[in-house]
Amino acid sequence: MSMSVTFTINRAPRTIELDDPRVTLLDLLRERLDLVGTKKGCDRGQCGACTILLNGRRVNACLALALSHDGAEILTIEGLAEGDALHPVQAAFIEHDALQCGFCTPGQVMSAVGLIEEGEAGLDPERVREGMSGNLCRCGAYRGITEAVLAATRAMGATTEEDAA
Amino acid sequence: MNRFEYVRPRTIAEAVSAAALPGSAYLAAGTNLLDLMKIGVARPARLVDLNHLPGLDAVEHRPDGSVRIGAAVRNAALAADPAFARRFPAVAEALLSGASAQLRNAATAGGNILQRTRCAYFADPDSACNRREPGSGCDARGGENRLHAVLGWSEACIATHPSDFCVPLVALDAVVEIEGPGGAREVPLRDFHRLPGTAPERESALAPGELVVALRLPPGADRFAAHARYVKLRERTSYAFAVVSAAAGLRLEAGRIVEARLALGGVAARPWRAEAAERSLAGAAPDADSFRRAAEIALADARPSGENGFKIELARRIAARALALAAAGTPARLPALPASPFASAPSGGLHG
Repeated sequence: MSMSVTFTINRAPRTIELDDPRVTLLDLLRERLDLVGTKKGCDRGQCGACTILLNGRRVNACLALALSHDGAEILTIEGLAEGDALHPVQAAFIEHDALQCGFCTPGQVMSAVGLIEEGEAGLDPERVREGMSGNLCRCGAYRGITEAVLAATRAMGATTEEDAA
Repeated sequence: MNRFEYVRPRTIAEAVSAAALPGSAYLAAGTNLLDLMKIGVARPARLVDLNHLPGLDAVEHRPDGSVRIGAAVRNAALAADPAFARRFPAVAEALLSGASAQLRNAATAGGNILQRTRCAYFADPDSACNRREPGSGCDARGGENRLHAVLGWSEACIATHPSDFCVPLVALDAVVEIEGPGGAREVPLRDFHRLPGTAPERESALAPGELVVALRLPPGADRFAAHARYVKLRERTSYAFAVVSAAAGLRLEAGRIVEARLALGGVAARPWRAEAAERSLAGAAPDADSFRRAAEIALADARPSGENGFKIELARRIAARALALAAAGTPARLPALPASPFASAPSGGLHG
């Protein structure tokens, strides 16, 4: 039985026919829409490589059934830059050398965007590390990642009372 | 993952009706169920998707002082509810010590209490597991079992319940609200999860087709708010299940403990309420001796189920630590590492 689902993906409306109810948001993005920036790492919610923003909140796309989120708004790494202008988090990752192989980077970046939007970590490196613990980096670029998230937080002006810390 | 029939009910009544057919499973966020389906541990014939049901995602602070948490409230949303976090700080701390930010944004309150054990043999369809396949045996008994149960286990099953959220909830006398084919009913959380006995496959008090619609904290459960903590020992600082954990709440008057609450996580197939330990603290001084004595009582019946005898002393120490931190007072803001035993200790030390 075919079912139709509708999403707003990177600000554009998309309607997709699904012939199989098992499709996750991750597989929908990668296999049906060719949005392969969102990576399939563990496919079990452990590594964070598939992190997207779902209705503005960061989630693991691999553990979300597409049918469950019919009607949702989705932002992926492909929708982050404005034309050629990088998002401040993307720019900060480059500036602070926050990657080596790059496979986890789209998930790291999307998670960082979600973290900064949540506004709980501010400029406290310990809270940033804790808030980013759902994104594993096999290359161990964590130091650069933390620095990049802090720099992007400053650049975006999303500072909190932790400013002085 | 097996193929399944997908059902999208629009009301609770429709959901309960759809799930009455054998082989049905309710789907909330799916952070546990979809994972188990991917590895072949769960193979439901029909998924009844709760994600389009209205009315299950509210946190209601009621005039009588009770709080009703809709089953679809996300872990992160509950911890971020300012009134909830102020009234039930140990619950918020437990929530924020669990999983990752991504999973907390998805996982629901109802799904949390219904999450399955993280026993590696349960998760491996090629292993013997009485919980997954009744009568097949228990490979955990002679296997890698250092993180398994030390309380309430049986020869049939030594798995633990992995929830952090449930530990302070059971300490605060939470109640589970249920709808099902036979109508609405409620069960105290302390009776919701079954100890394995000879039938570990029967994990909860839910009858087939029943749906958890809410969790409720009773009036007055916020009277521990000034002295409430959750402490969780993990093998990594973040993003790991508890080796052992403890939730503690105290009511202090004139330098004595008037009333205490204590529950343990990671030690049994249910969140473990330690009532005898609580009684030992009533009227006692809030000091290291009282807390150590309470911890001894809490673990009095503990015994190793394998290579995990160390967990018994760890659980005593984490229980005493949680009580000492609760006595020192709930912090104005949760620490950067929620529930971590490596957070800075109150002055005077924690173990006397």
